[in-house]
Amino acid sequence: MRILLVEDDPTVAGFVLKGLREAGHVVEHADNGRDGLFMAASEVFDTIILDRMLPGGIDGIRLLETLRSQNNSTPVLLLSALAQVDERVAGLKAGGDDYLTKPFAFSELLARVEALTRRGKSDGPQTKLVVGDLEMDLLSRSVRRATQKIDLQPREFRLLEYLMRHAGQVVTRTMLLEGVWDYHFDPQTNVIDVHVSRLRQKIDKPFTSPLIHTIRNAGYMLRPE
Amino acid sequence: MIRSASLRFAALFGIVFALSAMALVGFLWYSTAGLLDRQVEAAIAADAQGLVERWSEGGIPALLLTIQERINENVDDDAIYEVIDPFGSTVGGNMGRWPPAVTQAGMFYELTVVQADTRSLAEVRRYDLPGGFHLLVGRDVKGRVELRHLLTNALLSSILVIAGLGAVGAYVIRNVFKRMVAEVSATADAISGGDLTPRVRRSGRGDEFDRMAESINTMLERIARLMDGVRQVSNAIAHDLRTPITRARARLEDAAAHAQSETELRAAVERAVSDLDGVTAVFQALMRIAEIEVGARRSAFADVDLGPLLADLAELYGAVAEDHGLRLHLSVPDTLSILGDRDMLQQAISNLLDNAIKFSPRGGTIRLEAAPSDRHARISVADEGPGIPEPDRGRATERFFRGEQARNTPGYGLGLALVQAVAALHEGTLVLADAKPGLLATITLPAMKGGALGGHMNIPSSAPHWAESGTMADVNQR
Repeated sequence: MRILLVEDDPTVAGFVLKGLREAGHVVEHADNGRDGLFMAASEVFDTIILDRMLPGGIDGIRLLETLRSQNNSTPVLLLSALAQVDERVAGLKAGGDDYLTKPFAFSELLARVEALTRRGKSDGPQTKLVVGDLEMDLLSRSVRRATQKIDLQPREFRLLEYLMRHAGQVVTRTMLLEGVWDYHFDPQTNVIDVHVSRLRQKIDKPFTSPLIHTIRNAGYMLRPE
Repeated sequence: MIRSASLRFAALFGIVFALSAMALVGFLWYSTAGLLDRQVEAAIAADAQGLVERWSEGGIPALLLTIQERINENVDDDAIYEVIDPFGSTVGGNMGRWPPAVTQAGMFYELTVVQADTRSLAEVRRYDLPGGFHLLVGRDVKGRVELRHLLTNALLSSILVIAGLGAVGAYVIRNVFKRMVAEVSATADAISGGDLTPRVRRSGRGDEFDRMAESINTMLERIARLMDGVRQVSNAIAHDLRTPITRARARLEDAAAHAQSETELRAAVERAVSDLDGVTAVFQALMRIAEIEVGARRSAFADVDLGPLLADLAELYGAVAEDHGLRLHLSVPDTLSILGDRDMLQQAISNLLDNAIKFSPRGGTIRLEAAPSDRHARISVADEGPGIPEPDRGRATERFFRGEQARNTPGYGLGLALVQAVAALHEGTLVLADAKPGLLATITLPAMKGGALGGHMNIPSSAPHWAESGTMADVNQR
């Protein structure tokens, strides 16, 4: 994947660049808003990681608005030290696709970047999700693995649907909380782990090979073994 | 002059004082000197009236006789008469000749007359008699004119006195004003200089200045309290953040100096990262509380239905409770509308549920209940844990406060502070009570104006999946 990183802090930028390249992505870097806007407008990227506060007269929001006004719909992940709910809303309103507050864990950033690009590609209405021998029919809202029908409660269904839509990607606990429950805060207790482990009981336990994998220090991934 | 309010006030006072004093003097002058003039005119008119009557009764001889009588009877020697025939020759009277200045009838003239070798002032009036005769009646007004001069002089000099008094008054007012303002501005200066203790002194008279001083002092008290709060919080931050930062630093330094293998080094670094994550969590919670307390989030208020909101949270936490060997018991109406901030309410109640799960002994029951009560919505979370002892309850909502029972559990002592802030944001309250055993936390929020507080359903229709499910322990209605 081709990713543009617009970030002025050299330490953060270096850390993100290294991580993304290790994960197999091609990354370009701009350390101010002007260069960032030029690169974003003149080249094609799969995702842009954009710091909100940038030197050079053009801050992240301005850059994003300019880009969107030129009908450039590249997915944008905003990075910001501004954690207030209003700031987050402002970032998404300006055309951002996701918002990550500093400081962040690299695994969270990577998971969100990969989720963004996947979202861009899977256009068109899908009626069926398939991962390995697991099948989900979105119309009849039924799930079966191999030949066996699996009964899920509505929330479990949505949790599994989210995991299947992001199959092969790391999905963090925060992403699940936001994507499945629409909660925008971090509970102190491990609520997500409990729900995932319940889903596992139904999806994985009766079968020989597990589909839901725990990724240490990051989250979960659904993939056929 | 223009830039000094005290001078302006003083000048205004001086001007008003002078104007009113001058009005008074003018009135005095008019009613004394003016009265004298009018008296003379009235006497002349009455005199002439009598003479004209005498003339109509007995002609010129009777008139002259009467004039002579009146001259003789006139003790003050101030009466003046003159009668002339159609040819201008004196027929009678005591003037000797007709004064040439008096040409018109019915008007008062002021003349200088010479009588017994003394110059004097006279007020005279001419009356025309049939047959071409003219009558002049007047009064010597020298004494009265002198009196009038005296009066005028006295009043004029009183204006000088008035001006002086006005100036003194203005000066006094200016000083009083200056002193009042100086009190306030000295206090303000001291506070700007960093000393928050001085207060505006009150005169004790209970006047406007006292009331102003009082409201300024109240404001200062509030600022001082806020400053105290900020100081306490920053001390707490310094302490609560210093600990994990110190730990992270020690781990990293220790690992850099003594780690024998890469595995050891990695483990130390990872632990340091998780320490720093703790620091971030504290920061985020503090920022969130501050954000709520500022009240900026009130703009995001919307109609929130607590029924499904609580049911969703119960669904999220029901599984966790079960995992901890607890039962989560839910009792909420189908709908319970309030005006509020959905995210904040979710977070507040999730904090209460987090606490309840954290402090409950295995096998216990947590009750999440909501009900309308007298134009309010009441949400309560009760656990069967150790509770908070009475003396600590007041402080439990302070930032970083951790009770004895909480010493050995993870947390930063910010959860209840946030719940309190959210309740306050909604103009509601958070009350902590004894659930016997356990803690009963009740949030009371004002219901939406005219908002429908829905009926109580046995099974919330919004969350049938868990109410029907057998996988969760006891998330049933009572």
